[in-house]
Amino acid sequence: MADRITLQVARYRPEEESAPVMQEYEVPCHKEWVVLDGLNYIKDHLDGTLSYRWSCRMGICGSCGMTVNGQPKLTCATALTDYGDGPITVEPLRNFPVVRDLVVEIGDFMRKLTGVKPWIMREHEKPLSEGEYLQTPEQMDEYKQFSMCINCMLCYSACPIYGLDPGFIGPAAIALAQRYNLDSRDQGADERFDMLSEHEGIWGCTFVGECTEVCPKGVDPAGAIQRYKLTAAMETVKSFLMPWKGGRGGSGA
Amino acid sequence: MSDRPASSPRYATHHPRWLRTRVSTWWWLQRRAYFKFILRELSSVCAAWFVIYLLLLVRAVSRGEAAWRGFLDWAAAPLVVVVNVVSLFFLIFHAITWFNLAPRAMVVKLGGKKVPGVLIAASNYAAWAVATALVAWLLVGR
Amino acid sequence: MARRSVEPLLWTLFSAGGVLAALLLPILVLLLGLAFPLGWLAPPSYGYLASLLHHPLTRLALFALCSLSLWHWAHRFRYTLYDGLQIKHLNELVNPFCYGGALAGTVVAAYLFGFVL
Repeated sequence: MADRITLQVARYRPEEESAPVMQEYEVPCHKEWVVLDGLNYIKDHLDGTLSYRWSCRMGICGSCGMTVNGQPKLTCATALTDYGDGPITVEPLRNFPVVRDLVVEIGDFMRKLTGVKPWIMREHEKPLSEGEYLQTPEQMDEYKQFSMCINCMLCYSACPIYGLDPGFIGPAAIALAQRYNLDSRDQGADERFDMLSEHEGIWGCTFVGECTEVCPKGVDPAGAIQRYKLTAAMETVKSFLMPWKGGRGGSGA
Repeated sequence: MSDRPASSPRYATHHPRWLRTRVSTWWWLQRRAYFKFILRELSSVCAAWFVIYLLLLVRAVSRGEAAWRGFLDWAAAPLVVVVNVVSLFFLIFHAITWFNLAPRAMVVKLGGKKVPGVLIAASNYAAWAVATALVAWLLVGR
Repeated sequence: MARRSVEPLLWTLFSAGGVLAALLLPILVLLLGLAFPLGWLAPPSYGYLASLLHHPLTRLALFALCSLSLWHWAHRFRYTLYDGLQIKHLNELVNPFCYGGALAGTVVAAYLFGFVL
């Protein structure tokens, strides 16, 4: 293992250029260093003009997602030594507009997350005097996996459908909707149904499955989407055969 | 339902300096996973082809033994054989990917415990074996 | 529901077709597409085959297989054209081609299995 490794970093300075430019930096290659350490070394010692997002450096904040050697990765969770002698290419996360260097615009993602109404919705709120909404461990297990999302957007970067049609609501948003639909305390599945069931909702998904492959937290958004397709299809069939039954009301399927 | 604000309008939707890259027509060649995905989707064309083949076969049988023999001769032509060989591979590929992925769409519970996906896939393969055996028995075994 | 979309129905047809196609088409291609025409296995006698195909259960099963497999193709191929060739804007041509084709095939199959056999 060499003691130095080359990072080829995409630079984009809109005031100077109209297309990204690759710039090479040589950084130390310690065995415990990750790509983010390499970027921080560049910023601290080689080139202070490099722009990128990072925060917790431990895989929980979701800020440091970038494209490393063509794959969407959390740079805080990707070891330099995984790439042998290098060079390692670091580019901004694909499928998002690039604001500058490695920083992408996330407004579309944020709008979609809030659009699925990611909060507990109830027909009637219990008064505080009646205490908390109780939930058994089994009930929590129903949705726990989908609550692990750190909003890192690697799944949107891996999803070819989102790349082709930015109107597609996307894996994380649907998994988040499922996190609430499957929560026994929530009664808002009907309210979320309309947004999810339109054409750019779940039906745009063709189960490529790459979102689940790149997810650093094991959320399995592809599974969440397929489950919801089955639920939505069954609901549609039921409402067709039994139109007198208005809405679902209780906790989602 | 509790009244909540609509999604925030304050994120900009467009800025002339943002760099937006157009997705290439050949996006599906750029990653192995995407290529396998497109092949999987194209297997549906082989399914449609074989439905046409089946309908032609049934029509031939309904027209008498001579028509049926004629159909078998046509089906033995090199071009038709090649298409059917390719279709066989694609349809087996479809079956395997379908049975492997189907467990992700459903959560089955037996006695309160979640059935592992591997078992659901295994039962899919078992059903495939039974269906195959049944058809083979009907066409060859009797 | 505020707005009833046709997508859930199309997806259900796609799924049902996918299951039937996966279970039955491989062995049918092997036997009817290759083994019998090429003489690897002796095909059943004409009399047996005709009476097998004439049986109401066979006709129903084959009709379901043919029709649902076509709806499976229609839905999958539509999205392959949208995403693979990026011609989603031509949806007014793509949709009738795909779903119209499946409908036409279903009608032909219904005729064959209902009235001809």
